[in-house]
Amino acid sequence: MDATRRQILKGAGLLLILGARANPDAAPEAAGAAAEGAYNPHEHLWGMTIDIEKCIGCGNCVRACAQENDVPEEYFRTWIERYEIEGGDLEHPKVSSPDGGKHGFPPSSETTTKQFFVPKLCNHCQESPCVQVCPVGATFDSPDGVVLVDESYCLGCRYCVQACPYGCRYIHPKKMTVDKCTLCYHRITKGLTTACCEACPTQARVLADLKNPADPVHVFLRENKVQVLKPHMATRSKVYYRALDGAVR
Amino acid sequence: MQGRWKDSIHLIRPAAVFLAGLLLFLVVRAYIVPPTFGQYGHYRGAVLDEVRARPVKYAGQETCAGCHVEETEVKGKGKHATVACEACHGPAARHADDPGSMRPMKPEGTALCAGCHEMDTAKPKWFRQVNTKEHMPGMKCTECHAAHSPALH
Repeated sequence: MDATRRQILKGAGLLLILGARANPDAAPEAAGAAAEGAYNPHEHLWGMTIDIEKCIGCGNCVRACAQENDVPEEYFRTWIERYEIEGGDLEHPKVSSPDGGKHGFPPSSETTTKQFFVPKLCNHCQESPCVQVCPVGATFDSPDGVVLVDESYCLGCRYCVQACPYGCRYIHPKKMTVDKCTLCYHRITKGLTTACCEACPTQARVLADLKNPADPVHVFLRENKVQVLKPHMATRSKVYYRALDGAVR
Repeated sequence: MQGRWKDSIHLIRPAAVFLAGLLLFLVVRAYIVPPTFGQYGHYRGAVLDEVRARPVKYAGQETCAGCHVEETEVKGKGKHATVACEACHGPAARHADDPGSMRPMKPEGTALCAGCHEMDTAKPKWFRQVNTKEHMPGMKCTECHAAHSPALH
């Protein structure tokens, strides 16, 4: 009995040592990332500012996002909504978004209602409901404040799709994992702006680095009345809207 | 010594089984959990680099301006100063990487212009808009307006 137990322990010990050796890539990977050096996620906090009074509903952002990120047809990482409000009836706005506003909107000459466009995208919340419900750690807040998805971990359970109060997530029809706005993480970490901001002709949407003291976002937030979508959800959204109407949901 | 431990074999045996189980768990865990899991939080840290590695398709205004100096200057002085090249010409990172491999699209003027400037109640008042059915019907926008600097020429 004693010998058997010793053998078991020895075997297990050997396995443990082998196990430790099975992960030799851990150290070099980290070293490689440090050597690259240029981008440190702890030095940034990304968000966006959207000026409703500059949006012309042209759909450039929706098309650019689809091209940059290979967004499947009829799915949207960003989209534009057209609001139409009669008088003070804030509770019943007419909202339309034909094909996500990808090809603009049919022009209206109606002058008796209040009308405006609202571009929407993932709000990259700091208290993200989607991250909180993910059972497998597939979706997460990156250190630089971007809500991302690990496609290799996602089970496609759709909890996060239901949890997002802004409707910003969908199941990719081919991959069958969840897909969403990455705030063009592959661009912003290389010093570029997002595809939607790049393509926006009026600069209605502007990428913001809240940790960079030189970023114009600080002046924008100081000098304008801003609001986030659904503030009562306490998601601490980082997409700040200027001139947002009370009817917008 | 022998006396003290002689009745404890029933304790040592389950303890050994527990220990073996623990070791097995640790070994299996070391194999299954990816090395970067937990680097930043409850997720695989390597995802950040994987997402970063996705290809860029819009080269960015600065890249365009690096070569197309004249166009950038003309555009910069006109009303279209805030409009990036790729907003009309489409994604051009491949062109920026290897200019010969791909030419950015030359958009068809009038339809593209209307995409932004067609009269619409929902557009902000400050934004210049025209009703294309009433404003010089039958003419192309570019007959009077240069796309890069659209004041009348």
